[in-house]
Amino acid sequence: MAQRNKLWANIDWITVTIALVMMLLGWVNIYAAVYNEEHQSILDISQRYGKQLLWIGAAVIMALFILVIDSSFYVFFSWPIYGLVLLSLVLVLIAGVEINGQKSWFILWGDLRLQPSEFAKFGTALALAKLTSSFNFKLSGIQSFLMVGAVIMAPLLLILMQPDTGSAIVFVVFLLVLYREGMSGAVLFFGLLTVILFLLSMLTENQVLLLLLFGGSILTHFILHQRIKISAIAAGIGSGVILLLLGVNYLAGSMFDAEYVILAGSTVSMLGFAIYILRTRMKRSMVIVGIFFASVAFTYSVDFVFHDVLKSHQRDRINELLGIQSDPRGAGWNVNQSKIAIGSGGFSGKGFLNGTQTKYNFVPEQSTDFIFCTVGEEWGFMGSLVVVALFVFLFVRLIILAERQRSVYSRVYGYSVASILFFHFAVNVGMTIGLMPVIGIPLPFFSYGGSSLWAFTILLFVFLRLDASRLDKLV
Amino acid sequence: MDINSNRKYLVVTVFVVTGVIFLIRLFHLQVVDTTYKEYATNNVLRKVVQYPARGLIYDRNGELLVYNKAAYDLLVTPREVKPFDTLRFCQILEISVEDLRKLLKDARDYSPFKPSVIVKQISPEKYATLQEQLYKVRGFYIQPRTLREYPRPMAAHLLGYVGEVTRDMIEANPYYQSGDYIGISGIERSYENELRGKKGVKYFMVDVHNRIQGSYLDGDADTTAQIGKNLISTIDADLQEYAEQLLRNKRGSIVAIEPQTGEVLVFANSPDYDPNLLVGRARGNNYMSLVGDPQKPLYNRALMAQYPPGSTFKMANALVALQEGVITPRTQYYCAHGYYSGNFRVGCHHDQSFDLVPSISKSCNAYYVYVFRAILENRKYPDIRAAYEAWREYMLRLGFGRTLDTDFVHELKGLVPTSDYYERFVFRGSRWRALPVVSLSIGQGELGVTPLQLANHAALLANRGHYFIPHMVKEVEGQEIHPRFRQPISAGINREHFDPVIEGMYQVMESGTGGMSRIQGIEVCGKTGTAQNPHGADHSVFMAFAPRNDPKIAISVYIENGIWGSTYAAPIASLVIEKYLNDSISPNRAWLESNMLKANLMNPMLLIERENNGTEE
Repeated sequence: MAQRNKLWANIDWITVTIALVMMLLGWVNIYAAVYNEEHQSILDISQRYGKQLLWIGAAVIMALFILVIDSSFYVFFSWPIYGLVLLSLVLVLIAGVEINGQKSWFILWGDLRLQPSEFAKFGTALALAKLTSSFNFKLSGIQSFLMVGAVIMAPLLLILMQPDTGSAIVFVVFLLVLYREGMSGAVLFFGLLTVILFLLSMLTENQVLLLLLFGGSILTHFILHQRIKISAIAAGIGSGVILLLLGVNYLAGSMFDAEYVILAGSTVSMLGFAIYILRTRMKRSMVIVGIFFASVAFTYSVDFVFHDVLKSHQRDRINELLGIQSDPRGAGWNVNQSKIAIGSGGFSGKGFLNGTQTKYNFVPEQSTDFIFCTVGEEWGFMGSLVVVALFVFLFVRLIILAERQRSVYSRVYGYSVASILFFHFAVNVGMTIGLMPVIGIPLPFFSYGGSSLWAFTILLFVFLRLDASRLDKLV
Repeated sequence: MDINSNRKYLVVTVFVVTGVIFLIRLFHLQVVDTTYKEYATNNVLRKVVQYPARGLIYDRNGELLVYNKAAYDLLVTPREVKPFDTLRFCQILEISVEDLRKLLKDARDYSPFKPSVIVKQISPEKYATLQEQLYKVRGFYIQPRTLREYPRPMAAHLLGYVGEVTRDMIEANPYYQSGDYIGISGIERSYENELRGKKGVKYFMVDVHNRIQGSYLDGDADTTAQIGKNLISTIDADLQEYAEQLLRNKRGSIVAIEPQTGEVLVFANSPDYDPNLLVGRARGNNYMSLVGDPQKPLYNRALMAQYPPGSTFKMANALVALQEGVITPRTQYYCAHGYYSGNFRVGCHHDQSFDLVPSISKSCNAYYVYVFRAILENRKYPDIRAAYEAWREYMLRLGFGRTLDTDFVHELKGLVPTSDYYERFVFRGSRWRALPVVSLSIGQGELGVTPLQLANHAALLANRGHYFIPHMVKEVEGQEIHPRFRQPISAGINREHFDPVIEGMYQVMESGTGGMSRIQGIEVCGKTGTAQNPHGADHSVFMAFAPRNDPKIAISVYIENGIWGSTYAAPIASLVIEKYLNDSISPNRAWLESNMLKANLMNPMLLIERENNGTEE
């Protein structure tokens, strides 16, 4: 078993190896993605692979420093680091440079840039760990929720102001950490319901969705209480009322749109159903009625949010993803070319440096957000399998490590690391294979870029440092 | 220790399930669905077609008739175009700025990345000026093509022309792609496969901006263009040119064949057109005006006009009668200004008896009505209809009423009616009689013979019983012409029957209807004819071969509205023969040559005048 006070023996070398292998694989694919015959030296600093080699070197040195520093440093300085991160997020809004309409970068020196939002995840993870591990803290009650919410929302909102929606969305993944720490599963359930309702409201007509909701409510009631008679009567009355109203509307020369008639019919029926439930005191079914009305409200607010809150390029990306619109030369270009790159790789790939899609710039951002295309194109399904398996293995490994922590702090932090890496992986790879909308966040350890590489390195190695001293003391 | 510890399983499940979903999706994209490979290939591969030069065409003496000149297509890749001086550009191209804008828009609609042709067939002169400007504009390229050019414009109908492939042709033959050229008529069409050569293809890999990045598979998939094969045509350019001069201001045709080989020496039509008109950018407009020309210069008379052969048909009937044994060379018939049977009369101009030789040289109609009756009433056959069918069979073998299987496209069959035709329209179930069909005896009535068939018939007579299939190409570079052109085809008539017939044809020139066209020192055997024309003045017809022994040339001449064979067709034929055999026209026939060159039959007033004082035939 692991021994106290023997740092190097207690470090989880499996995870370290995975991280280093990923950096190396990432570098190889960056080299292939930007390869051209004029610049062949791998140390050419004018090329991205040359720079990335520098960043990797810096990241390794950084990791060493992190491992040498005492673990209590991070615990102790959690709040100051979080404060520093928030400060940098405020500063970047003031002193940052604007690139592609986003104020996300500090220019340090010449070409060297730093993206504070990448480090914000690390700071937030520390703060969340610190907060939830504080004495007598329980994830119940309005007060604790407000505190947790504030810790997560503060950086999120600052990043949204840049505006960098992609980086901001990542903070949603802390819900998974909170779930592990005892937050009601209902939050995840409602989150899932929201996504499903959003998709349904995008993909179907509102009137169909209303009928589905109505039917679903009665079905749920039936499942909860197993009373076929009442469920059948409710369904009969509901459809009767809707049909009656539709008939009247038709005779009146279709005065109202069918959608509003169905809305009125199902609302009236559901209200009647609610009165019946109140009388028979089947309280649990009141939740169903509540969900029904919340869903109806949500459906109609989706239209508003989609058309009036989202920007047009965000609308396009969602429409492309859902197949509502198809414009492979315009909004769909990136994903289409990305799918072509990965799809053309076949089972065993085209071979190192032989990827035409990536080498000849058909895939945009092929060294940063779309680096997975080079993997898919040049190494084929075998290469993709290795990379996906490596990531999933890393996540599971991190959960195992997190679960073996004796302190809540380390566990929460470990879960945060696993969740953040997972979210990046899921969104990034999902985007390149057309399962996720285009959200520009990097693939951890693979994508080109110093800020993200260093941020992920810090994030991970701080956890490994905590893990290495898990037997020392209880924090 | 931790009540929420079990929740780790849900988290791990989420991680693993996501990974599995991704792998399923990746497996589908990369292994199951193969269309992405094609997309990637389409993205990166650019095919550059290398157009080979078309084969050249020479005359039989090695003189160049058709060659290629350079032309340049202007291509544009819309994506690469930057703003430029459109006005100067349009001036050079001779198009309006609006036109250019529309062309660019069309090209962009087709593809912003792929090149499309916007101006075709720019002349070398214009290309020189254009090239000076081209470095200033981005996105425009030049692709060299070749166009046909004719140093001595002649034999337009025989050489044919080249045009762009139509959609139907592309569908019928995958070798062709939009914008390719193909032979549309004449030699260009018959020998398209030999002349076109083989297109080459070079594959390049391009990046997203369509910039060439290198060759594909190190050029292993590339093919080099093979230039087309050169052809030696059977035409004699000098003779062809002379024939065309003689036809000037007349409507008609001259076809001359070398009897020993079937090679077509002359294939002249009038009116015709300058083949250079159907080349290059003006082709479309010129073609439309040629189509609209009331003189019908595109009409290939020598191949497609089906005239009644008139008296030139008499030898054929004589030969059949001799072969069938219903007459001998000494058989005599009496002509009393024609042939009479009840109210039926076939007019003629004599009042004497003829045997075979003078029947030809004096072209006695009555004699041939008797001959034809003898053929049809031959006891050998059960009835007249059977005898008629036997006669028709001979005619087919003599080269009438069917295609000759030449290398000309759109060759017509001519007409020798079947017995069914007469049964249906003339006899209608009643007993067959000879009289209603006797006009066939003198080459009139329901007969159609093309000038090419008549020339071939002359070659058959010259060869005393066989012919070689007429053809217009003598040699294809590096390969044999089709063996069918080397096989003599027999008419099924014994050789000895030709002697009296040919003697008759010789006498035509010596003492008969063709006397005016006699050439000192050349034994020409010929026969004049008049083709009845229901639409106006009759056509002047002549067929001949020479010299009588060891013939070198067989010829047919039709001069529309020329009335008597002796007035135009025979003199013109004699001039062509003399030119071919002697290389020049003897001084004592210079008057004839000049009369023929000057004669103008295009003026309708002259026709009426001549009709009133024609000579006899």
